[in-house]
Amino acid sequence: MARLSLSTPLDVRLLEKGLSAGEALAAFNAAHGEAGGIVSFLGKVRPDGGVKALELSHYDKLTLAGMHSLAQAAHDRFQLVGVLAWHRIGVMTPGEPIVLVATAARHRRDAFEAADYLMDHLKAAAWFWKRERRSDGWHWIEPREQDRIDLDRWN
Amino acid sequence: MGVRILFFGPLRDMAGEQEREVPAPLDWAGLLEAVGPEVAAQLGEDRVNVACDGKVLADKTALVARDGDEVALLPPVSGG
Repeated sequence: MARLSLSTPLDVRLLEKGLSAGEALAAFNAAHGEAGGIVSFLGKVRPDGGVKALELSHYDKLTLAGMHSLAQAAHDRFQLVGVLAWHRIGVMTPGEPIVLVATAARHRRDAFEAADYLMDHLKAAAWFWKRERRSDGWHWIEPREQDRIDLDRWN
Repeated sequence: MGVRILFFGPLRDMAGEQEREVPAPLDWAGLLEAVGPEVAAQLGEDRVNVACDGKVLADKTALVARDGDEVALLPPVSGG
């Protein structure tokens, strides 16, 4: 299989179809030979609460640009060598991947913290609207107080 | 050409459509009138943002949308 080609130092994508974390991380690792460590986080649609499907919508004029700014901010703040931030849009079913972030740094602490920082911001401050389908139809998901608290940790 | 108003998240259900075209120019008062009372009530809340031409407005009440602009109504983003 041809290796994925990533842009460096930041590779930020919105994906309409499933993502392969293994392939992405192999390519990310290959693209950042100078890193001392790589941390990754894969978020999945939680298979609970009678949720049959999750739909993510976005705004093409804001969402990807916002993710780019976020990746750049993480890169600068934690002296990263590279950032990968991929987010699904469209309809997903429980167990499917929804987001993948990976951070490459000279030292592990920066990579761990940067992945945490990226996820808190993607959850609470990126332009995505989610609704879930249960047996009685579609329901929009409201902001969560915990997400705001998580975000405030970085200020 | 006019101004395209885009509805996101739950505002889309309230509006009953994803977008609506209205005559330019469009200011804040015109926007409130164009979207109907239910969406207008939501727009009055701080947590609902407005973007014009791809930029989130620091003061949404200062909206001035011109011919060809896209005005996006952005409810708070969903939690994880």
